[in-house]
Amino acid sequence: MAKRIDISGLSAFYGNHKAIEDISMTVEPRSVTAFIGPSGCGKSTFLRTLNRMHEVTPGGRVEGKVLLDDENLYDSNVDPVTVRRTVGMVFQRPNPFPTMSIFDNVAAGLRLNGSYRKSELNDVVEKSLRGANLWNEVKDRLNKPGSGLSGGQQQRLCIARAIAVEPQVLLMDEPCSALDPISTLAIEDLIGELKERFTIVIVTHNMQQAARVSDRTAFFNLAAVGKPGRLIEIDETERIFSNPSVQATEDYISGRFG
Amino acid sequence: MSHAPTGVIERPTPASPTPKSSLGSRSLPRLAPLGFAVVSVALGIGIPLAAGWHSRIQWGMLSALFFLAISYVVTTIVENQRQARDRLATSVMWVCFLIAVVPLASLLWTTIVRGAERLDGYFLTHSMAGVLGSEHSGGVYHALIGTLEQVGIATVISVPFGLLTAVYLVEYGKGTLAKAVTFFVDVMTGIPSIVAGLFILSIMLIASIEPSGLMGALALAILMVPVVVRSTEEMLKLVPNELREASLALGIPKWRTILKVVLPTAIGGITTGVMLAIARIAGETAPIILLVFGSQLINTNPFEGAQSSLPFYIYEQYRIGEAASYDRAWAAALVLIAFVMILNLVARGIARWKAPKTGR
Amino acid sequence: MASTTPIDTPPAPPVPRPSPRSTGRMGDKIFLGLSRGSGILLLVIMASIAVFLSYRSAIAISENEGNFLTTFDWNPAGDPPVFGIAVLLFGTVVSSIIAMVIAVPIAVGIALFISHYAPRKLAAPIAYVVDLLAAVPSIVYGIWGALVLVPYLEGLNLWLDDFFGWTYLFDKTEIGIPRSLFTVGILLAIMILPIVTSVSREVFLQVPKMNEEAALALGATRWEVIRLSVLPFGRSGIISASMLGLGRALGETMAVATVLSPSFLISLHVLNPGGGTFAQNIAAKFGEADAFGRDALIASGLVLFVLTLLVNGAARLIIARRKEYSGANA
Repeated sequence: MAKRIDISGLSAFYGNHKAIEDISMTVEPRSVTAFIGPSGCGKSTFLRTLNRMHEVTPGGRVEGKVLLDDENLYDSNVDPVTVRRTVGMVFQRPNPFPTMSIFDNVAAGLRLNGSYRKSELNDVVEKSLRGANLWNEVKDRLNKPGSGLSGGQQQRLCIARAIAVEPQVLLMDEPCSALDPISTLAIEDLIGELKERFTIVIVTHNMQQAARVSDRTAFFNLAAVGKPGRLIEIDETERIFSNPSVQATEDYISGRFG
Repeated sequence: MSHAPTGVIERPTPASPTPKSSLGSRSLPRLAPLGFAVVSVALGIGIPLAAGWHSRIQWGMLSALFFLAISYVVTTIVENQRQARDRLATSVMWVCFLIAVVPLASLLWTTIVRGAERLDGYFLTHSMAGVLGSEHSGGVYHALIGTLEQVGIATVISVPFGLLTAVYLVEYGKGTLAKAVTFFVDVMTGIPSIVAGLFILSIMLIASIEPSGLMGALALAILMVPVVVRSTEEMLKLVPNELREASLALGIPKWRTILKVVLPTAIGGITTGVMLAIARIAGETAPIILLVFGSQLINTNPFEGAQSSLPFYIYEQYRIGEAASYDRAWAAALVLIAFVMILNLVARGIARWKAPKTGR
Repeated sequence: MASTTPIDTPPAPPVPRPSPRSTGRMGDKIFLGLSRGSGILLLVIMASIAVFLSYRSAIAISENEGNFLTTFDWNPAGDPPVFGIAVLLFGTVVSSIIAMVIAVPIAVGIALFISHYAPRKLAAPIAYVVDLLAAVPSIVYGIWGALVLVPYLEGLNLWLDDFFGWTYLFDKTEIGIPRSLFTVGILLAIMILPIVTSVSREVFLQVPKMNEEAALALGATRWEVIRLSVLPFGRSGIISASMLGLGRALGETMAVATVLSPSFLISLHVLNPGGGTFAQNIAAKFGEADAFGRDALIASGLVLFVLTLLVNGAARLIIARRKEYSGANA
């Protein structure tokens, strides 16, 4: 169920501004790939091109190819709605639907895709909440609004919502940046479990986090403010943090820059 | 896509039911909606013609219904039901928009075309003195004077009143009084113009005051004050607190801070609000009917005797019901709309010009 | 705001100035007095609207030989004077309901069109035009309604009668030009469309981006995004926008006075010419009314006042509650 992503020659624009330039890389299935780099280097933009969320931003457009197991996401006959259904996403700030209950939040994606019997829905919701390590905390209040949970619980609810539709890939855009250390730890543990089933790409500002959760790490940088961001290198996380092949990466990781 | 995942966590990739081309899907060409539109308009006009229905409103409604039905059915067949629902919603939005545009365009178009027939220098500079309703003569001069004077007096009353109230609410207001004032400003915004007219009328009945432009202006002021308060309040709230603190820290008393720092900073927005309020009351007819009474003659004194006003004039000419009076009504309507629109455009121009420059 | 600033009387600066504090104190007192006075005056005006209207109404109602609430007649000049608001209340409510039923869905549609569907280059001009249309004076809508819309609606009326006559509502039992409550409702709908649209649009634009992205990322189509995140967020906004529109429709005078051919009958055959509304009746009957007749009209105006107060108050309450709700979640 997890798929490989092959990106080649990808550039993304906001209107006339080029945010990222000519990125090519491969994201391995059933592994965690972390994107690191200084602010404004386009790593979040790049992440959003992987499920065609970038084009939702006014003026956003993309050049290049993103192959999901040999199928180009940007082919003219590909429906972005199907892409987003296949490539799930978790955002920087937890964003459960405020007017919906916990149950409805998790079931929202399934309900979009057709009618389910109540028992089926119950099964999937329970499985997803268990998958997000949230079941034990919320099983007695599934009908309470999702906005009543703590920040970390809300984020796990969003993860449960994303995995309920069984995507091939899970994109995470700084999922812990709005959370306290304990909640962060819970999410990191969860990521370790989820990679058994999904291809996971995570953007993070926190290098320790990248080192802790990821198998491979990609470092992005930009030549100057206003210039597009570029991929500097991608490699095994261990190598990136111990013996990177590019000087800029080492500077960044050792804190001499950024 | 894998529907209803059946509880398995590990599933080897080949077992996945996903076909190779899972992302691609059959879809309609981009210009399909245009085709639907052409077909539906053809049907919407053809069927009524065959059936002998003549109302063009029906033609439009039928075309719209055909459009919705065709695009839903075709999309369901070619793509799927979710896409069909999405397309239906998109079509409904477009139809809503068109439904709204048609009458509004007709209104503006009619007013301009019919109004231009009669609108000339003579019309703007002559009153209706000695003109019979059926005569192709007469003008709007007396009504223009009436409108300008009544609106002018109303503005002179309500601007300081409204400004001070807004200053109170933003700069001083707390506690029950401010809450009550805020609430009643909202309530006042919703008062129908005829009720404002009746209020002044009841005072006139009690104090035996004769109708005059001033009485109309008082009613207009009641309608104008809440609008001025609301817009000024919004603008004052936008003035950054640092400015006030900086001024106060220099030892400048609060009232001078408000007059010299806060109000000048917000003056663009306040002007816009006032002009929009003027535009709103300039078109009010009901209070004028009750309080100013209307006149065919030029009366430049707003404090004594009946006056006319533009909206009143339109109503009066409409009620005469002659071809010539309808022409005058349209021409006056054009003058009124032009007046209101120019005020609006200038006000919005000022708002844009004076808008605080954002960093980017 | 400044009221929260603790620095009400800053320490006098060491700059030698001719007693700045005393003029400051004096000026502050006068200025505060003036602005607080304006606030109080505003309350006094509101109170006196209620008091004066009630006082004159009491004069009229005490002389009324008919039942003010149930009489189907308006003859304050008769001997004995007989007048009642039943027909007016009915006409006002029915025409406003028709206006709401037509205007609210279309206005929400246009608001969504502007906020989520229209091409970006088109959205701003459309919003601008909608705002301008809110400024068209009601008397212009009135003569347009009477001279342009009414003739156009004749065919629609016949058609509704033919196909939906069985609903009773659309059974046109009297022939004549469609100067009916239905036509008035359509015209009112056109008139309140801009205000309902612009208030709803504001609310739709406030929907947090992250809520919409949540739906998008689940693979929702544009319509599903609206259903999942925009409409739930905007529901109370739509309600209060509708109430504001309703308040306008209830009190509208000129558009009704020009279009309706009034009669003192209550009929649910909305296509039949006839009926009346509070505001229309006041404008139409005022010219011929003597002093007592005017008091009678004031009495009907008081009812209209109370009606609009209730509607607008409800709208404001909903808005206020929404603010609290969204504030708590921010």
